Amino acid sequence: MKNWPLWEVFIRSKNGLHHKHVGSLHATDEEMALQNARDVYTRRSEGVSIWVVESKHITASNPEESGELFEPAQDKVYRHPTFYELPNELEHI
Amino acid sequence: MNDTLFKYLIQLGDNSLILGHRLSELCGHGPILEVDMALTNIALDLMGQARNYYQYAAEIEGKGRTEDDLAMLRDAREYRNCLLVEQANEDFAYTITRQFFFDAFHLPLMEAMKGSNDERLSAIAHKSYKEVSYHYRYSSEWMKRLGDGTEESHSRIQDAVDDLWMYIGELCEVSDVDQAAIDAGLGVDLNAIRQTVEQNIKEVLKEATIQIPEISFKQSGGKSGIHTEQLGFILAELQWMQRAYPNMEW
Repeated sequence: MKNWPLWEVFIRSKNGLHHKHVGSLHATDEEMALQNARDVYTRRSEGVSIWVVESKHITASNPEESGELFEPAQDKVYRHPTFYELPNELEHI
Repeated sequence: MNDTLFKYLIQLGDNSLILGHRLSELCGHGPILEVDMALTNIALDLMGQARNYYQYAAEIEGKGRTEDDLAMLRDAREYRNCLLVEQANEDFAYTITRQFFFDAFHLPLMEAMKGSNDERLSAIAHKSYKEVSYHYRYSSEWMKRLGDGTEESHSRIQDAVDDLWMYIGELCEVSDVDQAAIDAGLGVDLNAIRQTVEQNIKEVLKEATIQIPEISFKQSGGKSGIHTEQLGFILAELQWMQRAYPNMEW
């Protein structure tokens, strides 16, 4: 079991919402990863849909490069749509 | 009181309680966290089913006994579970094989029980069917992986199948209680689901590259209260607190 691959689990909590990363687990293959995800992450009715992706297939940004990647966006407030008034009925924005 | 319905409910409840208890022994002891949680989830489903049956049985008996009395204060001879579910966990291969054999039977049983003329029994079957569908999926996927996995996993699952094989004949054996329940239209005709049960088992074993044992001898007795030595140990652990401190609660 030590060499079972690691999987990342994404759960959609409600129809209409997007999948969110909830954690990871070990499993022999994708079908078992799905079943394990159901058992570990949806015991309290957290989800209506599950995605699993083997962790090695995720390409992640390097934390050491966060300066060049993310800081240039910090002084560009005009990119935020904060200058509009949103109607109250709009949710999830 | 409806004696047939009462006895039928006890038979159903005992299967779920004893198998649920066996799985609960693994809580915190599973081979890995993910499997530990999966088996505990199945145990909880089975406990919930046992409660549904015992609550209903206690109500129709009308003697003031509760679900807890039925689960905790009967002796081994009064239990009507089949012998398969009381067999020990041994190792992961045995645990999964026992579960798979029972699920292969439990699924068609619940499907057929949806058609019971007893409304409440039918409602319990509808709820349980969804749970059992998942149990069957889980245990049969594991059978395939252990059977068609490594040399060691294959030989261990084959041993478990060989050893537990003699207990599956009892699952579809029609007891007096079954017959009375069938005649009353509330119980499942086990002869009618036998073929599905056998097919479920054979198909998965084949895909798992597990040899079907050539053993025709079958153990039975559980449905009439004659159990293997295993049940006494289970009840000792399950009941000792209620026996030592009657009516205790927490």
